[in-house]
Amino acid sequence: MIGHPLSFPPKRKTCALVVFTLLALTAWAQNGGQLRFCLRSEPKTFDPLLVDDDASLSIRYLTGGVLVRVNRHTQELEPELAESWKVSPDGKQITFRLRNGLHYSDGTPFSAEDVAVTVKRLMDPALHSSLGDAFRVAGTGVTAKVVSPSEVSVVFPGPIVGIERLFDELVIVSAHSPRKNAAVLGPFMVSDYKVGTSVLLERNPNYWKKDAQGRSLPYLDSVRIDIQPNRDVEMLRFRRGELDLINTLDTDYFDRLASSSPQLVHDAGPSLDSDFMWFNQVASAPIPDYKHAWFRSVNFRRAISEAINRDDLARVVYNSHAQPAVGPVSPANKIWCNADLKPEPYNIQAALDRLKSDGFHLQNGALIDKSGNPVEFAIVTNSNSKARERMGVLIQEDLGKIGIKVNLVTLDFPSLIERISQKFNYEAAILGFRNVDLDPNGQMNIWMSSAENHAWNPQQKSPETAWEAEIDKLMRAQAESSDAKKRKQSFDRVQQIVYDQAPFIYLVNLNALSAVSSSVAGANPGILYPQAFWNADRLMLTGSALARK
Amino acid sequence: MKAARYLACFVVVAVCALSLTASWLAPAGYAKQFREVPDSPPSRAHWLGTDEVGRDRFARVLYGTRVSLLLAPAAALVSTALAALIGGLAGYLGGIWLKLARAFTDLFLSLPWLFLLITVRALLPLNVSPVVSVLITFLILGLLGWAASARVLSTSADALRSSDFVLQARASGIEGPRLFLVHVLPNLKPVLYAQFWISIPVFILSEANLGILGLGVAEPLPSWGSLLRELEGLISFREEPWRLVPLLLLIVVMTSFQLLLSNEEVTA
Repeated sequence: MIGHPLSFPPKRKTCALVVFTLLALTAWAQNGGQLRFCLRSEPKTFDPLLVDDDASLSIRYLTGGVLVRVNRHTQELEPELAESWKVSPDGKQITFRLRNGLHYSDGTPFSAEDVAVTVKRLMDPALHSSLGDAFRVAGTGVTAKVVSPSEVSVVFPGPIVGIERLFDELVIVSAHSPRKNAAVLGPFMVSDYKVGTSVLLERNPNYWKKDAQGRSLPYLDSVRIDIQPNRDVEMLRFRRGELDLINTLDTDYFDRLASSSPQLVHDAGPSLDSDFMWFNQVASAPIPDYKHAWFRSVNFRRAISEAINRDDLARVVYNSHAQPAVGPVSPANKIWCNADLKPEPYNIQAALDRLKSDGFHLQNGALIDKSGNPVEFAIVTNSNSKARERMGVLIQEDLGKIGIKVNLVTLDFPSLIERISQKFNYEAAILGFRNVDLDPNGQMNIWMSSAENHAWNPQQKSPETAWEAEIDKLMRAQAESSDAKKRKQSFDRVQQIVYDQAPFIYLVNLNALSAVSSSVAGANPGILYPQAFWNADRLMLTGSALARK
Repeated sequence: MKAARYLACFVVVAVCALSLTASWLAPAGYAKQFREVPDSPPSRAHWLGTDEVGRDRFARVLYGTRVSLLLAPAAALVSTALAALIGGLAGYLGGIWLKLARAFTDLFLSLPWLFLLITVRALLPLNVSPVVSVLITFLILGLLGWAASARVLSTSADALRSSDFVLQARASGIEGPRLFLVHVLPNLKPVLYAQFWISIPVFILSEANLGILGLGVAEPLPSWGSLLRELEGLISFREEPWRLVPLLLLIVVMTSFQLLLSNEEVTA
């Protein structure tokens, strides 16, 4: 039988149909489409050197070109605009070899001069950039030297360990483009911004990356980011197919969505984020002396830590989408977590024994200190976090079992921050850290006794306790050493001291929860920010999302 | 209409009676956490299921009803009394007093309440028991919620000032406080009743909103406001209809309060 040149036998017909369909889908996906998701607040700035909030961080991540980038999945540093880099033996200088032939979105060529101008602008004290503060960790006077059009050196006044990781956040702005910050090297560029409503990003036609098949990235034509503070509305829109992803999901929403569409939700496991509680140890705080004595006692703090059932916090409050926390470094940080530490076991008897050793005793079910004062204190937390409020309720009952009366107070965030960082008019607090930096240098502003974020007793002129002095010494030692092993030893010891002294009582490490529509191909949500769209340049849309206008 | 009022009266009395028997009907209490069954559906052990931390929702509804039904009317009483004093008196005196009172009321109504309440909360001590915190919350509501009612009352009192019976009373030599207390105030009664009943649901809902600011009833004490906060994030009512019970109770009780008002009070 002689068939038509384009006809196939039935089996082959099926195979051909599948192949054609796949090819069509791929080709269709390559045609772009618009990815849609929400940010919960307005971006405060589009200047990549001034970013200080989550919304601006997202825009910067999608539009900015950086010399090197931490792969959000492997946590390894990868070359971007720089094809290679070299750190000098004294750790004070880093030299980048740049890729040739790259252009900003407006066609302006990219060169070493752009890097030098960016560093100069970042180091301008008048800019007040928090990223600039990170670059000044070894002192002021950071300079950039253009070695050749494709080679640039950045020189620091002192050695900085992990110097190259600083450049993950430094977006290179153009020295010559008339469009200034609007000319970008990232996959997308801002094309429209409606205040309070949305930000529209369009594909950067000059983006330099290509996929394994040599096709230009990004696949998407545009990204529409709506400003939507209301999480209920965000969830409804996602369910209706108007949004393609939700970057960070609360556990309630995660479970509801999981019950109806389990294929859409992603629990990437413990993130770097943690919730914790601490007591006010500031000497000048307006609280009674006998309470000062409780809060400054390590036995009291450890007893509280032992009396809190962390397993219940993770299970009840976060529906098991959290893990009992051990210390300042989440187990998600594979490099720096001290694996020898285990979560404080829940043990009421051990807690009572510790308290007895400090002169506390039970009287008619109430805990009384050695001066006869009943133990009662208030825990403050922010009112817009249901999870923290629920943790407070559980802790209230847990501590009630050892005779402690806890009053839980929720405050609006500005009032809370004023109380805990300016007036110090509080007794205990529950808050959380949203960590983005894997390196311990990113926590210098917490552990140094002189730091503003040394929450339990900030801005000390000299360390008030021996263990705080030891932490200061260890943090400096790890920051100045270029020996990775010694750094790890120093920071492991810091974690051990924090565990033993419990200035922060770590409660839980939250899991990274996100939701991605089935019409998005290539998504691989991770634990580092931005969890669901860290590989936005490789995301593709299929089906109805692609056809959507 | 009479039957409806009897029914409304029965509902209010029944709800009050139920809330008073809370300790007998729900012996576990409102604070006991059944952590093995958080957020569970209704069962024999927990008639309305449990909340997010495993507390019996039925117990919390009963105790919350007690708190709200006692304190929201108390706050309404405070605000209505203030409104009667400021609005009623200004309307009765008229002239410059009425203008001053209206200007003050308008100024009060134009204040950004959210920021004012945040400031008030910042001034309060942190270490207070939940019972004290709930009293403070409703007292603040009562002290700050008089302005809208005062405006209505000043207009009514102003109208009464030039009415025939007040003119006749003046002609008979009745003046001053006696005229206000004996002739004007009793005729403001329907307006006062209406403002009082209207204020109750407003205060209950305000208390729910204040919870978000940290001014609400402190944990673990429940109130209708804090129970309504549980509805945040509820996407489908069909999935967990039992969570709507506090809302339904609020609607039923508020409707009953409205039915208890006479026709004259409603129109006032």
